[in-house]
Amino acid sequence: MTTHTAGASTRHPGLNLGEPHEEAHSANEELVFGFWVFMMSDFIIFGLLFATYVTMLGGTAGGPGPSDLLEMKGAFIETMLLLASSFTFGMASLSLKYHQGTAKLIGWLVVTLLLGLGFLAHELKDFHTMISEGGYPSRSGYLSAFFSLVPLHGLHVAGACLWMLAIFGQMAVHRIDTQVKTGLTRLAILWHFLDIVWIVIFSLVYLGGLT
Amino acid sequence: MNSPPSLYRRAAFRWLLSLVAVSAFTLLSGCDRLPGFLNPGGPIAHAQREHLGFVILMVMIVVLPVLVLTPWLVWRYRYSGQASYRPRWSFSKLIDVLIWGVPVIVVGVLSVVLWQKTIALDPYKPIESDKTPLEVQVIGFDWKWLFIYPDQGVATLGRLILPTDRPVSFTLTSATVMQTFFIPALGSQIDVMNRMVTRLHLIAEREGDFMGRNIQYNGEGFYKQQFTTQTVSQNRFDTYIDQIRTQGHTLDQGAYALLKAQNTWKDVANALSDDPPPPAPMVAFSQVPDGLFHAIARHQPVDWAGLAESSDAASNTSERAIQERNTQ
Amino acid sequence: MTDESSFLLGRLGWDALPFWDMIQNPTRESIINGIIASGAAGMVVLGALAAAALITWYGKWKVLWCDWLTSVDHKKIGIMFIVIALLMLLRAVIEAAFMRAQQAFGLGGGFLSPEHYGQLFTTHGTIMIFFMAMPFLTGLINFVMPLQIGARDLSFPVLNSVSFGLTAAGAALMMISLVLAPFSTGGWTGYPPFTELQANPGPGVDYWIWGVTLSTLSSTFSGINFAVTIYKKRAPGMTLMRMPLFCWTALCTSILMIFGMPPLTVATGLLALDRYLDFHMFTADLGGNMMNYINLFWAFGHPEVYILILPAFGVFSEVFSTFSGKRLYGYTALVIATMAIAVLSFTVWLHHFFTMGQSAHINAVFGIATMLIGIPTGVKIFDWMLTMYRGRVRLTVPMVYAVGFLILFSIGGLSGIILATPSIDYQIHNSLFLVAHFHNMLIPGLLFGMLAGYTYWFSKAFGFQLDARWGYRAAWSWIVGFMLAFFPLYALGLLGMPRRTVAFFDPVYLPWTIAAGLGALIILYAIVCLMAQLWVSIKRRDALATPGGDPWDGRSLEWDTPSPVPEYNFPVLPQVNSHDAFYRQKCDGAPHESPARYEPITIPKNTAMGVIIGVSGTAVGFGLTWHMWWLALAFSAVALVAMIARGFARNTTWTLDAEAIERQQRAWAHQLEQFEPITRQWEQSEANRGVPVPPNEGAIQ
Repeated sequence: MTTHTAGASTRHPGLNLGEPHEEAHSANEELVFGFWVFMMSDFIIFGLLFATYVTMLGGTAGGPGPSDLLEMKGAFIETMLLLASSFTFGMASLSLKYHQGTAKLIGWLVVTLLLGLGFLAHELKDFHTMISEGGYPSRSGYLSAFFSLVPLHGLHVAGACLWMLAIFGQMAVHRIDTQVKTGLTRLAILWHFLDIVWIVIFSLVYLGGLT
Repeated sequence: MNSPPSLYRRAAFRWLLSLVAVSAFTLLSGCDRLPGFLNPGGPIAHAQREHLGFVILMVMIVVLPVLVLTPWLVWRYRYSGQASYRPRWSFSKLIDVLIWGVPVIVVGVLSVVLWQKTIALDPYKPIESDKTPLEVQVIGFDWKWLFIYPDQGVATLGRLILPTDRPVSFTLTSATVMQTFFIPALGSQIDVMNRMVTRLHLIAEREGDFMGRNIQYNGEGFYKQQFTTQTVSQNRFDTYIDQIRTQGHTLDQGAYALLKAQNTWKDVANALSDDPPPPAPMVAFSQVPDGLFHAIARHQPVDWAGLAESSDAASNTSERAIQERNTQ
Repeated sequence: MTDESSFLLGRLGWDALPFWDMIQNPTRESIINGIIASGAAGMVVLGALAAAALITWYGKWKVLWCDWLTSVDHKKIGIMFIVIALLMLLRAVIEAAFMRAQQAFGLGGGFLSPEHYGQLFTTHGTIMIFFMAMPFLTGLINFVMPLQIGARDLSFPVLNSVSFGLTAAGAALMMISLVLAPFSTGGWTGYPPFTELQANPGPGVDYWIWGVTLSTLSSTFSGINFAVTIYKKRAPGMTLMRMPLFCWTALCTSILMIFGMPPLTVATGLLALDRYLDFHMFTADLGGNMMNYINLFWAFGHPEVYILILPAFGVFSEVFSTFSGKRLYGYTALVIATMAIAVLSFTVWLHHFFTMGQSAHINAVFGIATMLIGIPTGVKIFDWMLTMYRGRVRLTVPMVYAVGFLILFSIGGLSGIILATPSIDYQIHNSLFLVAHFHNMLIPGLLFGMLAGYTYWFSKAFGFQLDARWGYRAAWSWIVGFMLAFFPLYALGLLGMPRRTVAFFDPVYLPWTIAAGLGALIILYAIVCLMAQLWVSIKRRDALATPGGDPWDGRSLEWDTPSPVPEYNFPVLPQVNSHDAFYRQKCDGAPHESPARYEPITIPKNTAMGVIIGVSGTAVGFGLTWHMWWLALAFSAVALVAMIARGFARNTTWTLDAEAIERQQRAWAHQLEQFEPITRQWEQSEANRGVPVPPNEGAIQ
C-alpha cells in the first residue's frame, strides 16, 4: 500500500505498532480504520437492541421479570472474567508491539481465550438456570428482548474466540507476519468493544433490572 | 446532435403539461360528486383541504421558478446559440442569499402554520361543542369494522350511523393485525392495533352518505373492507337506534364467531340471513355483551353471561356501559 | 408448503409450484393467475437455461469465471452490479405493468387474484429498492469513484467481491421465489403482526426476510468500503474540497449505508426470531410491541431513501457541469447541502407513521424537521439551474434525463412538503398520493440519475458509446410515461383511493386508473428502447468506438484514461492541484502527461470468496425459508470455513512490470495522435473517437 495518498498521514485509530513494525505499521492503517468503521455499524445494532430492550421492560405478560430471574453474582463473575480478558489482551498487544517474544504473546493470548471461554461457559449456565426457572424467550416480550440482546453479545464473544483460534492456526503456518499482526490488531479492537458492550449490558440489564 | 428546436418545443410542452396537472387538482375541489376530503362533509376535512391549498401556494413560490426557468435556460443557453458564455463563473453571493433565504422563509412560514394546525386538528383532541359527544367504539376485524354504541347498547356492521352537528368520540382497536380507520370526507384516518387503543374525534356538518374504509393493507380481503357512513339528523338517529334495538340480532357467541372469521360484513349478513332494520343494508346488533370493546382490547374473556334475553336489559347495558366508561 | 415436513425437503411440497393450485382447484381466477405465475416461473427457468446454453455455445465459461466472477477489480464488480440492476429493473417494471393493468380493469374485480396482487406489490417494491436501486448506485459508485479520486481500486477489493456475491445471492433468492412460490404479501415494509406466524405462517415472509438481509449485509459492507476508500486513497493533492461532487455524494451515501442499514438488520432479525424461535418482539400478545418494528424499520427506511437519491444528485452534478461546459455552480454550497441532507435524514423517520397515535407535538416536530430537509435540496436544484446559466448547454441523452429530473423532481418535492404536514397527511397517508410522491422522487430522481450515469460512463467502461437515437427515445418515453402513469395517482389519492388495493368499487376512479395503465405501457416501451439501445450499440460498437477516452470533454480524472480502462487505472497516480483536475490539465495545455518514469504496479489476485459467499448466501436463505435446516447449516459452515481459510491466504497479489505499463500507455498516446479532435456538436455521432478539441481559455469547444 502506498504511503503517498492524500489521506494517509498516519492517524492510527488502533494499536500504534510503531516504526519497528514498518510494513505492518502502514498495512495496519487502512485495515484497522475499516474495522473501526465496521465496529461503528455493530455499535448501532447493539444500541438499537438496548433501546428496544428498555421499551419492553414492561412487557412481562404476567411472567417472570428481571428481579425474578437475574442474579448479580453470575453477572459480576462474568464481568470480572471479561474485564480480566481485556487486560490480558492488552498485555498481549503490548508484548507484540515491544517484540517481547512469541512465547509471551501466545501465553497472554491463551489466557485471554480461556477467560473468554470461561465467560461463555458461565453465561450459558446462567441462561440454563433462567430457562429452567421459567425465563425462556417465548414466555414474554420482555424475555424475548433480553434473549435477543444478551446472547447476541455472547455470539460475538464466541466469534471472537473462534477468530483467536484461527489466528493461532495462522501463526503456526506463517509465523507472526504482517497479516497476523493486522489480524491481532483488529481482534483486539473487537475484544475491547465487546467488553464495553458488556459493561452497558451489566449496567442497564443487570444493575438496572435489580434495583 | 438532434435538431434543437423540436427538443425545446417538447421540453416546453412537458412543463406545461405538468402545470396543468397540478392546477387540475385545485379545480377538482369544486366537484360535488367526488369522494374524499376535496368534497368535505365536516369542518375538520374543510380545514385539511384549506391547509392543502395553502401549502401548495407557498411551495409554488419555490417550485414555479424551477418549472418556468428551466426550459428557458436550456433554450437560451443552448450550445448553438449566441448567449453569453462564462465558463468559469460559479458563484454569486447575492444569488446564494436568495436561493438559501427564500426557501428558509417559506419553510419558516409553513412551519408556524404546521405547528398550529397539527395541534388544532389533532385526532385525539375532543371537538368543542355545546352538545355532548356521541361515543362510538370501533373494532377492526378481518375484513370489516364493528361499531359499538356503548351509550345506546347497540352495534352495527357495514354501516356507521352518525348524527350531524354533534361531535363523535371514537375509541378504536383491532382484533387482528394493524389496520387504519378512515372516513376521508369527515376527517383524519387513525391506525388501530391489537391490544392497543387509539382515539379519533370527528364531526359531520351535513347529511349524506360518505365512504369509509380501512386504508392499511391487512390481507386478501383488504380491498373489500369498506363501509358507509350515514349522517342524519339527531331525531332520525334516535329513531334508527330504537329500530336497531327492537329488530337487530343478539351479538352472541355464534355471531361473534362469524366476526372472528375472515370475511366481509356482507358475508356475515348472509350468514345471519334475515332482513336488517332500516337503514339497510347493514348488520344490526340489538344487544352487545358488556365491555366487549375492552375485553377485546385487553385480550380478556368476553362477558357472555351479561347478555340478557329481554330487551329491557338493553337499557341496563347502556347504563353499565356509561358507568364503566366513567371509571376508565 | 406441506403440513408435514421431511428432513431433506423441509416444508417444500408440490404446492410450491405456481401451477399447482390451478390444477388442484380449477376456477377462472386460479387458472388466469396460475398461467401468469407459471409464465413468470417459466421465464426464470428458460432465462437461466438460455444463459447457460449461450455461454456454453460461445465457450465463455472460463472468461466468465476468470475475468468476471472471481475478479476483485472495482470496474468489473461495478459493471456486474449494474447488470443485476438492469435485469431486476426489467422484472419489476413488468410486475408494475401487471398491477397497473389490473387496476385499469379493477372496477369491481379485475383479473388478478388478491393474493397474487399482494405478492406483486411486495416483490415490486422489494426488488426495486434492494435489487435494482441499491445495486445500480453501488455499481456506479464502484466503477466511477476510484477513478475520480485517482485511486487504483477500493480499499478492500475482496470485500467488494463479497458484497457483490451477497447482492447476487439475494437477487437469486427473489428469482427462485417465482418458481417455488409464494412470496410475501406484506409489502416491502413487512409490518408485523401481519408478517408474524399467526397471520402468515408460510414461506413468503421468510423469503422476504432473507432476501432483504442478504442485500442489507451487502450494502453495509459496500458502505464501509466506499467510505474508507474516499478517506484513505485519494490521489496526492486531492483534498476533500477538490473531489468531484459525485465523490462527495458517494461519501455521504456510504456513511448513510453504514449507519442506516443496521436498523433494518435488527428489525428483520428480530422478526425472524419471532417467526423461527417463537419470540415475542412484535406479536400482539405476551408483551410484544409492533410499534418497535415500525420505528426500527423507518430508522432504516428514511436514510435509505437518501442513500437512493444522493448518488443520483452526484451524477446530475457531473452531467450538468460537463454538458453546460461550465464549472458547477456553488460547489461549497452543494457540499454543505449534501452533508446537511445526510445528517438530517436521521432525524425525520417518524413522518412515515404520523397516523400511529403519537402526540400532536411529536408529529409537528418531525413535520418541521422533514420540511427542513427540503431547503438544502431546493438549493441543489437552483445550483444546477445556475450551472446551466451562462453555459453552453448540449441536450445530449444524459441531459434530457437531467432536465426532466429538474422539472419533475420539483413537483415531487411539492408533494413531499404536502405529506410532511401532519394534518394533511392524516388524509393522504397510505393512499395513492403517497405512492405517486415516492415514485415521483424515485423515477425522475433516482432512476433518471442512474440511467444518465449509465449513458454517461458507458463508453468509459466498454470503449464504445451507447446509440443516441434509441437513447433519446428511451429518455422521452420515460418522461412521458412517468407523467401519465403517476400524475393520475395524485388525483386518486386525494379522492381517497388506498395503496395496495387490488380492486375498487367507485367508478370515479376508473378514468384515472386507465390513464395510469396507459402510462405503464409507455414505460414498458421505454424499457424496450433501453434494450434496443444496448443491442444496437453492441452491434455497431466499432463505429461507436471511443478509445480516446474523453468523449464528452469531461472535467474529472476518470476521463484521463483510455476507454476501456486498464486494470490498474492510472500508470502513475496523478498529482492533483485543483478542482476539476482534468479540465485544468486541458486548459494548461497538458491533457495527458506522460509520466517521467514507470514503476511496477501491484494488483490483487482473483479470488473465489465472492462466489462462495454468494452461493452460500442463497443456500442458507433458501434452507431457512423452507425449513431445510441441514442446507442452512451446511452452507453456513461453508461460508465460515471460507472466511477462516481466507485468513491463511498469503501471496494475494501479483505485479505488473513497468515495461508492460509503458507499452500500453505509449500505444494509447499513439492512438490519440491519430484521431481527429471533435467539437461538441459531433459528440453523439460516429465521428467521436474520444478526443475533444481542447478548451480555448476555459471555453469548451
